[in-house]
Amino acid sequence: MSTAGHTSTPAGRTRGTARPGNGNPTPPPGARPRPATGTLTSARVVLSGTGDTRTAGPSAGSGTPARPGSRSAGGRAPFTRHVRRRLLPFAAAAAVLVTLGLLFPGAAWPTALDVDLSGPLGSAGDWIIDNRDTHPAFLYFFGHISNTVVISVRAVYLVLLAAGWTGVLALAGLLTWRLAGVRQAAVSVTAFAVCGLLGMWIPTMQTLALMVVAVAASVLIGGLLGLAAGLSPRTGRLLAPVLQTMQILPAFAYLLPVVLVFGIGVPAAVLATIVYAAPPMARLTALGLRAADGGVLEAATSLGATGRQRLLTARLPLARRQIMLGVNQAVMMALSMAVIASVIGAGGLGDRVYQALASVDVGAALAAGIPIVLLAVVLDRTAHAAGERLGARPAPADRPLLWQVFSGWYGLLLTVLAAVAVSVAGRMLGTTQWPDTWTVSVAEPVNRAVAWTTGHLHSGVPVVGGTADWAAAFTGWVLDPLRAALQGLPWWSVLLLVAAAALGTGTWRTAVSAVTALAAVGVLGVWDASMDTLSQVLAAVTVTLLLGFAIGIGAARSARAERLLRPVLDVCQTLPQFVYLIPVVALFGVGRAPAAAAAVIYALPAVVRITAQGLREVSPAAVESARSLGATRAQLLRQVQLPLALPSLLLAVNQAVVLVLAVVIIGGLVGGGALGYDVVFGLARGDLATGLVAGAAIVCLGLLLDRITQPAKESKA
Amino acid sequence: MTAYHPRSPARRTAVTAAAAAAGLLLATGCGAADMTAQASPYAAAQGAKSVTLSVQSWVGAQANTAVAGYLLEHELGYRVDTVQVDEVPAWDALSQGRIDALLEDWGHPEQEKRYVKDKKTVVSGGENGLTGHIGWFVPEYFAQEHPDVTDWKNLDRYADRMRTPESRGKGQLLDGSPSYVTNDKALVKNLGLDYEVVFAGSEAAQITQIKQFAKERKPFLTYWYVPQWLFETVPMTEVKLPEHEEGCDADPEKVACAYPHTPLKKYLNARFAENGGQAAEFLKRFRWTAEDQNEVALLIAERKLSPQAAARTWVERHEDVWRPWIP
Repeated sequence: MSTAGHTSTPAGRTRGTARPGNGNPTPPPGARPRPATGTLTSARVVLSGTGDTRTAGPSAGSGTPARPGSRSAGGRAPFTRHVRRRLLPFAAAAAVLVTLGLLFPGAAWPTALDVDLSGPLGSAGDWIIDNRDTHPAFLYFFGHISNTVVISVRAVYLVLLAAGWTGVLALAGLLTWRLAGVRQAAVSVTAFAVCGLLGMWIPTMQTLALMVVAVAASVLIGGLLGLAAGLSPRTGRLLAPVLQTMQILPAFAYLLPVVLVFGIGVPAAVLATIVYAAPPMARLTALGLRAADGGVLEAATSLGATGRQRLLTARLPLARRQIMLGVNQAVMMALSMAVIASVIGAGGLGDRVYQALASVDVGAALAAGIPIVLLAVVLDRTAHAAGERLGARPAPADRPLLWQVFSGWYGLLLTVLAAVAVSVAGRMLGTTQWPDTWTVSVAEPVNRAVAWTTGHLHSGVPVVGGTADWAAAFTGWVLDPLRAALQGLPWWSVLLLVAAAALGTGTWRTAVSAVTALAAVGVLGVWDASMDTLSQVLAAVTVTLLLGFAIGIGAARSARAERLLRPVLDVCQTLPQFVYLIPVVALFGVGRAPAAAAAVIYALPAVVRITAQGLREVSPAAVESARSLGATRAQLLRQVQLPLALPSLLLAVNQAVVLVLAVVIIGGLVGGGALGYDVVFGLARGDLATGLVAGAAIVCLGLLLDRITQPAKESKA
Repeated sequence: MTAYHPRSPARRTAVTAAAAAAGLLLATGCGAADMTAQASPYAAAQGAKSVTLSVQSWVGAQANTAVAGYLLEHELGYRVDTVQVDEVPAWDALSQGRIDALLEDWGHPEQEKRYVKDKKTVVSGGENGLTGHIGWFVPEYFAQEHPDVTDWKNLDRYADRMRTPESRGKGQLLDGSPSYVTNDKALVKNLGLDYEVVFAGSEAAQITQIKQFAKERKPFLTYWYVPQWLFETVPMTEVKLPEHEEGCDADPEKVACAYPHTPLKKYLNARFAENGGQAAEFLKRFRWTAEDQNEVALLIAERKLSPQAAARTWVERHEDVWRPWIP
């Protein structure tokens, strides 16, 4: 599902221009966000909270505005300042918390300090159900939203069906060709054909229709919000924390309220998707507008451009790259919601995956999961390539004749006409929907392979033991002690630990927000469950980072290893988790271990990518000079490359934390228990009190973890 | 679109006109929009009569829906859409008209009161012929070795052998999806058992775990229910709990008795039951046995047939059973 994973999906290649490694730390003018770091930029922007506009590499782009309130970059802080910044707030926090601790002793959160929301939330839920059909708010507001969504999705769906498979293939091919070139066009035609071959044509069209509407709405809403935030600093400051929270929010947490209001079905699914996909669009748009080159704007003003002219002719075009990236992000986020939204009746591919899960049919789930992966890869690569082309814009004369014919508005019309022609041709040949005979069943061989693998790995593997033994060991030696420690420590000391951690990486502001977030969990009355979830997150993050750094270092060293890894990482990031939950249970048994394993699978690719990228961007001059001084490879890595890549490594930590949290929640479906189970319970029973409180607690945990892991890289950047 | 079934062509035009009018009203920002009269955007794209059935996460429910859907499509010429949704939200969706029928309900008195008695948006469609029973089960291979395990009083003696990494040093009682009716936490507490309820979180995870245990012939104790196809692959024996008496499970905190035997019921959206024509009549008549359902469920779950293919196989073999359902 969530977030950053997709940011760095297939895009992050060192493709094209301005490769790092030309020994020139400042990027060439005009190519500001280097393509190599393009994805990373997005990754950071999307996930990192206050994360500002800096590119992830050590050589931050020049045109970055200083964040209001960011620390001055002056040399080493003198001791007194250190005291004022770190020790003083810590002492204050300690004084307050220890006093509270003395007043309310014990390990668990004191009941005197929590607020029981189950009564009001329960009656709110009942009120919605009772008044949904009659109250004006529903009839005149939500009802219209809901109908609009249904009508638009239906319109797109009918068009797709009317076009038939020939028309859709032709349109996909021609559009991709126009936007991204011949090779991409071949890729996307193949991808759609595979969807048909897998027997998933109709579900693919349903998902596509839903995606088109959801993405269009996300881009529109996100774009407007971004425009507001980018043009007015005050709106920007107001919106920033909201957008940031929305991005940390695991999708599972807010399905329930949406369902209560809109009922099971497509409208709820579309709206949940929009909530999920609009924030990156908004953030990237705002970022692009704010980062616009002051000189150009100055020039435009001096030439007598009005405010609107300046926006339309200078600022928006300058922000084009970021806006394109935002669209790309919105697409990826929306697709990653496709399966999760099926829990609330989205239909389409997600529903197939979900139904296959019910009959424990991994093969069928995979057959429906592959089209999702393919759609994601195609859309991402096309958007990426299109974004590059937008930036480039070569002389028209260099283009072949055919391309010239198809360029411009004319070309667009021509493209559509050509697609219509193919579609009509398909109809005349008597075929609209994908022919039933042209399908291949992958379910059975996949099921056999999965059964064989799980059967052989589960137990009794020589030397290393089976996965069941690993799971038992991991649960017994890592998860249990960690949970016991977090639940056993007095509540105020956990808060104090968090304050210390936050002060270690950030400012007193960070510490205040982190401690407040954790305290909110206690106030909500789910302290124990939250500590349980937190222990799972910490354990899974540790494993992810150990594996991710190791693989990332390997991938940074060998180009071949990286090439081999790339498709694996792509699949890990885009494959819906529901597909691999079952094999994971077969391997690790029901419990917290499979939840952690699923989380590692999901978060690993982002960590590997960012690590490898960071290491590869280390200035070759530094590496060369260290080598000439006789450093061994190990020394080189430890003393030069890793320290220089530190900002990237810290970013990787931040990503890992947020991604793992998102999946640990889904782990509620495989016995992870704690908050994840509560959310699943709330959804399954329509129990607003349990579900919403657990959802809110998850958000708080997300904020806490994000705050603690995030400012670090800013202070080092 | 805002239509309801069945749709005749004339009605469709009217509906299209209504939709256009609704669009206009929307543009001007006035007029009410009734979410309950809303169909899925994917429904009836070919302009056919359509029915939307709900599927619950267990395979038995898939079997009901598959067979009913197959017959509606092939014998009565309807287009059938299915929506995967848990029981409680299914009641809500039923009330809103997002789905037309729920073919296997395991007893939700609270929802029944709210939607059938108070709001009158859902009506009973009669029983589906099955009797459901929830209970605690141990695998047959273990029960044969240790016959006394089938009485709850002896369960503590085996707690050690049922221990897993997740059971906090006690025996593990494996529970399933959060959507299922369960009193297990209260039962364990009130019967004073040395067991920990571990929630698998989904039936898929629970089945996978049970199969894995069975493959290694390990002992386990699980919440399970009949009719269920898994008994055919992993035979299990029920553990006797204190006998169920009327009203002994009234207070969820104080339950200390077995689960009841519940006749499973069908529920229909009230408007659909009224105007649903042949489809509604067919769904009211739909009634079969545990063997029938298991046959289809096994084809789906064990032979990995698609629900449609499994339904076709069953329909070809059992015309005597389904013929009376056709109005």
